[in-house]
Amino acid sequence: MAERVLMKGNEAMAEAAIQAGCRHFFGYPITPQTEVSAYLSKRFPKIGGTYLQAESEVAAINMVLGAASAGVRAMTSSSSPGISLKSEGISYLAGSDLPCVILNVMRGGPGLGGIQPSQADYWQATRAPGHGDFQVLVFAPSTVQEMVDTIFRAFDKADEYRMPAMILADGMLGQMMEPVSFPEGKADTQKEKPWAANGHGFKRKQNVINSLYLNPAVLEQKVRERFERYAQIQKTEQMAEEFMMEDADFAVVAYGASARIAKSAVVAARAEGIKVGLVRPITLWPFPTDALQKAAAQVKGFLCVEMSMGQMIDDVKLAISCSRPVAFFGRTGGIIPTPGEVLGEIKKLAGGAK
Amino acid sequence: MATTNIILAGFGGQGILFAGKVIAYAGLMEGKEVSWLPSYGPEMRGGTANCSVCVSDEMVASPLVINPDILIAMNTPSFEKFIDALVPGGIAIVDSSLVDAKTDRTDIHLFQVPATQLANEKGLKGLANIILVGKMMKESGFVSLDGIYKGIDKSVPAKKAHLAVSNKQAVELGMSL
Repeated sequence: MAERVLMKGNEAMAEAAIQAGCRHFFGYPITPQTEVSAYLSKRFPKIGGTYLQAESEVAAINMVLGAASAGVRAMTSSSSPGISLKSEGISYLAGSDLPCVILNVMRGGPGLGGIQPSQADYWQATRAPGHGDFQVLVFAPSTVQEMVDTIFRAFDKADEYRMPAMILADGMLGQMMEPVSFPEGKADTQKEKPWAANGHGFKRKQNVINSLYLNPAVLEQKVRERFERYAQIQKTEQMAEEFMMEDADFAVVAYGASARIAKSAVVAARAEGIKVGLVRPITLWPFPTDALQKAAAQVKGFLCVEMSMGQMIDDVKLAISCSRPVAFFGRTGGIIPTPGEVLGEIKKLAGGAK
Repeated sequence: MATTNIILAGFGGQGILFAGKVIAYAGLMEGKEVSWLPSYGPEMRGGTANCSVCVSDEMVASPLVINPDILIAMNTPSFEKFIDALVPGGIAIVDSSLVDAKTDRTDIHLFQVPATQLANEKGLKGLANIILVGKMMKESGFVSLDGIYKGIDKSVPAKKAHLAVSNKQAVELGMSL
């Protein structure tokens, strides 16, 4: 492993993208993700990459579509309101079976909202990242090191399944510094892309990248094929961390930054003799249903902690078919829950009993 | 589990975030797990700035410090905001050139250092933040002097490498107080 350096989450994701072989970034500045753009704007010109600050988010995501069509690793980055603007392009990318990586460093909403950390775009990312029947891969790292590792994985999986991958981070993870090391010898694991619309000198039949299918039967078939791929992904690509779950009677479910807070609360509850653990989804789509079902077979109840009014809780209930009570605690609008608040909710769940 | 949780707070421009980075890097250089979480947003422009730093033997769970073991305060609003959050037995290092607030707490260790005045007198203008880091080192000792020096070397940008020398002088001055 290389030397561990202290880096901001946003800068670490940008460096990881470079090391993963990405040389094409199109973005538009927005707090709290601007360091991603700033980092790449300095580095790309020195290494032959294309950094372009577009005239708008809509333009940026369509430039990603163009670059991805040509078969290169392309990335864009934004924060909540900017992702809403990109949603049309994300739908076109999915409808064209194009891989790319999209960073959403979430901030409080709706509307322009605020600039402090939030997780209120869970539904958007996992349910409706744009119009039409489609999903994107959604990863939710919770440390700066995991942000780095996830960038490599997101590019690889996007290429493998020919679909957009989103990294759902938040202002806390984007702005904080933690030690990171970059995996050696992992640069550019990009596969051959025989479908790409790039120059070939008339040596093969031309490739067409398109999302328009006017014949409903053809379109239905296209969507069904895509959903067969999604079903495969749901079987093989779920990721979750289990923390102190071995003998747990209760489970907290949290992702990203709020999982950090929840972990502190779980440790504090354990110190008071409450047998509680944490299930931390690392992929939000596919949702780690298997890990939740395993936990449901063991615990008496769940507590879902989010920086929103309660969005992932739907997936927790669906994953366990409502077989156990699922309580909720959330702060929103840019407020980060405190470990003390979460500990209080754990005690409520455990009914004061140890 | 040995964890030291620190809040540094003051006005934007006083080097609050930089001082936090020096401490975090010092911890990292000594093989500890660390996190550095800044306040960000419009309050940084001339308003208050603060950051949470955790230095631990284990992976840092919550990087958001609510009840610090150590508080470094460089203005009155910051002192008033965080002094009551300090854990019993905690250490408060306060720039007494700038902070005129008082506390009734007797269960903490309060150190008043006229850091800004000293910095100006000793040719270390702008390094009151690092003088306070030096004082923190002396009173807490959770990282070594060597670690802090390495933290400075890592935190000072390459283009301003000459500033590492004055930063180290500021640490030494803080430690002598």
